[in-house]
Amino acid sequence: MGYAHSDGADQTGTTGELMPTAVKILIAGGFGVGKTTLVGAVSETRPLRTEELLTEEGVSVDDLSGVEAKTTTTVAMDFGRISINEELVLYLFGTPGQDRFWFVWDELALGALGAVILADTRRLADCFPSVDYFEKHGTPFVVAVNCFEGARQHRLDEVTQALNLDPGVPVMLCDARSRESGKAVLIAVLEHAMRSHRAMSPATAG
Amino acid sequence: MAEYEEPPEVHWVDEQAGPVVRPYAVTRGRARPVTGKFDLTSQVCTVRTVSSQDIGLGPEHLAIVTLCGRRLSVAEVAAHLDLPLGTVRVLLGDLLERQLVRVFEPRPAPVLTDDSVFEQVINGLRAL
Ligand SMILES: Nc1nc2c(ncn2[C@@H]2O[C@H](COP(=O)(O)OP(=O)(O)OP(=O)(O)O)[C@@H](O)[C@H]2O)c(=O)[nH]1
Ligand SMILES: [Mg+2]
Repeated sequence: MGYAHSDGADQTGTTGELMPTAVKILIAGGFGVGKTTLVGAVSETRPLRTEELLTEEGVSVDDLSGVEAKTTTTVAMDFGRISINEELVLYLFGTPGQDRFWFVWDELALGALGAVILADTRRLADCFPSVDYFEKHGTPFVVAVNCFEGARQHRLDEVTQALNLDPGVPVMLCDARSRESGKAVLIAVLEHAMRSHRAMSPATAG
Repeated sequence: MAEYEEPPEVHWVDEQAGPVVRPYAVTRGRARPVTGKFDLTSQVCTVRTVSSQDIGLGPEHLAIVTLCGRRLSVAEVAAHLDLPLGTVRVLLGDLLERQLVRVFEPRPAPVLTDDSVFEQVINGLRAL
């Protein structure tokens, strides 16, 4: 007995507890390009998977009044977590790169620090929806060419050209299976995002 | 009122989308939480034990209370319970209303004058 606390909300956060907050980076790209592999390589746990219910038109079920099972489907997201410090957690979300899942993208992109678009040079066109989306929404991104067979024979400036990227967008090689390589990609996004952020800011003098 | 028709058990839409499911059995038909917003990365933390006065909670609610003894994101809760996000948000709303959990909203996108979060994350990654 005596375990029903009426002052439950004051049980934590009383003395010196740091305010925990979260930030996120999106991992986008075409089907089978290595998104889940990259999330797993850099995360502190194996990739987790969660699902969102959608209508077949790609609308959030939350937005509907009369929900009927026959109109719904699910879209899966893989994600991982990296604890930066006591108060800050970085989440990586692997996002399905299909136009019909825009609703999920909107939720994921909101407040994201930046995005990685994974590319396979054999199927560069798969990147177009992601490039378009992040350009339109002003999400800073880098393109990371996953080193499948043959990737190294492509010059990175050819990728920039083929995807019609702004010259300021970093393009780099990566191995989605490697933790060090994955970390380098994430750092590249963050540095790029920080530069974009500073460029927009009126009050920065170096 | 029209007769309720049992939807087919599983209906594959395509290989990208999962099976069509019967949503909200767990939430008894509710599509929206009674309170709270619950971003994917909002952190949830249990703040008290369940008492006999907490009526109307199902096993999934109790599972969340146990799970969030350690701070977890909404996305993680959903993944661990293997339930769709929308469903988990409804359950979390019930718990928040009863003050069984606290929710910390994610850090907002950096405002123009503050880019320290980038440096924090970069330094954290380098140190891994
Ligand atoms: N050779 C090589 N294989 C890789 C690399 N990255 C991923 N793979 C393999 O490619 C396959 C697809 O990788 P996933 O990580 O599942 O790709 P995904 O983008 O999550 O795929 P979907 O979620 O289905 O779109 C797996 O069999 C990986 O092991 C890489 O850098 N080099
Ligand atoms: Mg995947």
